[in-house]
Amino acid sequence: MTTRTLARATPYAALLPMALVAVVGYVGAGLWTFYLSLTASRTFPSGAFIGLAQYGRLFDNERWMLSLHNLAAYGVAFVLASLVIGCLLAAAIDRNVTGEGVLRTVFLYPYALSFVATGLVWQWLLSPGDGIDGAIRALGVPWFRLDWIAGQDGAIYAVVVATVWQASGFVMALVLAGLRGVDPDIWKAARLDGIPVWRVYLQIVLPMLWPTLATVLLLLATAVAKLYDAVVALTQGGPGLASEVPAKFIMDHLFLRSNVGLASAGAIVLLVPVLALLAPYAYARSRREAA
Amino acid sequence: MNPHTIVSTLPAPAAPAAHQAPGAAGRARRRFTPARIGLYAFLLGAALFFLLPLYVMVVTSFKGMDEIRQGGIFALPHAPTLDAWRLAWSGACTGAACAGVRTGFWHSVAIVVPSTILPILLGAVNGYALSFWRPRGAHVLFGILMAGAFVPVQVMIYPLVRVLALAGVFGSLPAIVFVHLVFGLPVMTLLFRNYYCNVPHELFQAARIDGGGFWRIFLQVMLPMSLPVLAVAAIMQVTGVWNDYLLGLVFAGRDHMPMTVQLNNVINTTTGTRQYNVNMAATLLTALVPLALYFCSGRWFVRGIAAGAVKG
Amino acid sequence: MTNVALRKLNIVLGGKPIIRDLDLAVEPGEFLVLLGPSGCGKSTLLHSIAGLVDSASGAIEIGGRDMTDADPSERGIGMVFQSYALYPTMTVEDNMSFGLRIAGTPKAEIRRRVDRAAAMLQLDALLRRKPAQLSGGQRQRVAIGRALVREARVFLFDEPLSNLDAKLRAELRRELKLLHRTLGATMIYVTHDQVEAMTLASRIVVMEGGVIRQVGTPLDVYERPANRFVAGFLGAPAMAFVDGVLDGAGGFGADGIRLAPGAAAASAAGPAVLGVRAEHVEIRPDGPLRGEVTLVETMGNHQVVWLRCGGALLASLVHDARRFAPGETVGFAIDAARVSLFDPVGGNRL
Repeated sequence: MTTRTLARATPYAALLPMALVAVVGYVGAGLWTFYLSLTASRTFPSGAFIGLAQYGRLFDNERWMLSLHNLAAYGVAFVLASLVIGCLLAAAIDRNVTGEGVLRTVFLYPYALSFVATGLVWQWLLSPGDGIDGAIRALGVPWFRLDWIAGQDGAIYAVVVATVWQASGFVMALVLAGLRGVDPDIWKAARLDGIPVWRVYLQIVLPMLWPTLATVLLLLATAVAKLYDAVVALTQGGPGLASEVPAKFIMDHLFLRSNVGLASAGAIVLLVPVLALLAPYAYARSRREAA
Repeated sequence: MNPHTIVSTLPAPAAPAAHQAPGAAGRARRRFTPARIGLYAFLLGAALFFLLPLYVMVVTSFKGMDEIRQGGIFALPHAPTLDAWRLAWSGACTGAACAGVRTGFWHSVAIVVPSTILPILLGAVNGYALSFWRPRGAHVLFGILMAGAFVPVQVMIYPLVRVLALAGVFGSLPAIVFVHLVFGLPVMTLLFRNYYCNVPHELFQAARIDGGGFWRIFLQVMLPMSLPVLAVAAIMQVTGVWNDYLLGLVFAGRDHMPMTVQLNNVINTTTGTRQYNVNMAATLLTALVPLALYFCSGRWFVRGIAAGAVKG
Repeated sequence: MTNVALRKLNIVLGGKPIIRDLDLAVEPGEFLVLLGPSGCGKSTLLHSIAGLVDSASGAIEIGGRDMTDADPSERGIGMVFQSYALYPTMTVEDNMSFGLRIAGTPKAEIRRRVDRAAAMLQLDALLRRKPAQLSGGQRQRVAIGRALVREARVFLFDEPLSNLDAKLRAELRRELKLLHRTLGATMIYVTHDQVEAMTLASRIVVMEGGVIRQVGTPLDVYERPANRFVAGFLGAPAMAFVDGVLDGAGGFGADGIRLAPGAAAASAAGPAVLGVRAEHVEIRPDGPLRGEVTLVETMGNHQVVWLRCGGALLASLVHDARRFAPGETVGFAIDAARVSLFDPVGGNRL
């Protein structure tokens, strides 16, 4: 009798670490951060409860507002560019090209690099005078300018270039896997119907890939919220605050500017859009699995 | 019986077609349409865009500083030299010390090995328990774990700092390994769970009938079958941990600073003129391990991406 | 009504010759079935008629016009695939009209054609539905409808019933036969199932290894197989083969079996292979031959009794309720007028 109870308890026991990580590590830590955002913590956690005051200070903070604005601009550009380029690459490779293996390797290797490495090399490539900017001008095109990284408005778009370069291959890999799952008879039927290739992709195949695309969108969107390493490496948030992003704001206020309360509020605010994206996705997934 | 029924006699061919030849030219024509050429042009252009940074990195790292100052970021080195590499490895200055990224390399190795083994083992057990045993409430926990993977690390980081500080281990090797375990568990669990979901349930049931218990079935039946997913998990985890910057920055402490953190220090905290060749050499050195892994692993890497991205 | 003609067709895929020097004439309005085992090239042949696979040499004529290099959409053909290949995110109506819309056909004309096809195939009520909401039979009709609206003159079918369970398969087979009668169009159908071939075809083309082994009506191919391969492929249970000798005086002898085949070829002398179908083996106590029952398979409306006679294993179809026990020795007779004789070398009919 006891061996049976022991046997039945084993799966639960084996899952204990996962339970701890999930409940304590994620939910617990998240709740604690939320609690901290309601206090007046500076360098160390303090018990002084001040309600939603930190949130008020947050949205009065010019640096925070700028970081949100940057993230929005970045997010749209990054997701769109990665999605379009990734899909185009996947469709191109799907066309039975020679050297497919080599091409795939070339498009995907940036994903194997760290954000830091990516940021650093693109910092060099995009630096005005030295990088691509200087090289093109030296080639005899004196009016060419590529100095986004040094400008107030352009800095965040420099980050877009670097991260799109890194992420497009990833999108390509996922979309290509989806494309390969399409019934080849559909292609034959479309050929018989006389439908041009680009229309098959746009009006038949892409709608069929909706689950894959939804996953890709979710992964890209959450990557946007997490943007930190690349900014630190590429521009350090600069020039000035031109490429400041929420994740960097939070990290700086946690460890450098010693304002744990404010940073925690920022973290909770950053959490909201992520949860807003996750909820419908999880709901749609569970409905599909039930069907 | 009658040989004529074997093959139908054909009526005399219709008026001779315009081209008598079997139309070999027509068949060849299909290959080089403008659409096809445009396709290859697009792919080649894209390939150049993707290869450009790698090319620049390599080329710059072999140049001397005077050559770089003269410009021509795309030009091949006139007099290739390994000086930049030597400096990057053992002489570049990161903050106060000038010992290159060499120490960072070994720190990263020391971090990656346990941070790969532990999450994989735990992830395998989790995946196994979730797909075959399905204890009550486990799917809820799994859901939380998955959601946690999407959430920005900043939401959880400060409490972790305080807990580790309280335990007295903050800024040490165990701390960073523990943190990588916490944040690596969702993807590892997902990988194994998806893999085991594709193993026929009958296999598991047969093992139970044979008298196997939880651990015996795991160690003697499932784990030996798991080589593909173990390979994929190892590749993903090694790449992810090696490339990590933020967690290493916060939790590893000065004595175990991983290579990525050192790299950023070398490049972004130098005073005086930037030594681009050293910077690029250092970047390449840091990227060496994951890139080598990527080029050697081929299809496994892609499988990792696809498996990790298919959430449930 | 359109005919299809293939002349000296050669198809090479991946370096391997799949179809070799093939000649075939498809009569207008007939239901031609390409029958053969997996890998015989029947599907490849169909795809090349459709233009989805290029031929290495040879000519393809549809309706008297050379279509060897024509695009699939220009050949005036429609094709129904094993998976039906309906566009999953579009309604039935959109599925049928998509090709026409791309071609720029005026809306009124599209409407007319879609309505006509829908009426003919009884799809009127289903036009707004998506493929996932249709039954197997309905999907098949939509696939045919897609070809109809393009005013296809030849319909190609690539094993459309292979994925279905037996009951549905029989039902859709009958629908197809009725449809052929209604439309009167030329249909070329690929299958490995001889029952489908026998019930649907006006003529059967039996293929093996990229060549045609026999072309004929179902009855031709069944009762007068041109060679051993065709004889063994059609008919269930399969035809039994007995190695023996023709004595030159019209008699055939093998271990345990003696008879006088009715065929004219029986007057030759030399080794020969006798082919006997189960329905021509009758178990009766006064039969001239004797055999031992080895196995009895009960099928409900008939039995298959396996007899060992000398070195040969023969099946006998029994339609009454007699009981046989394994080990029992029974008398039987072979209908000598209906047997086939084959050359032991090469396998052709004598």
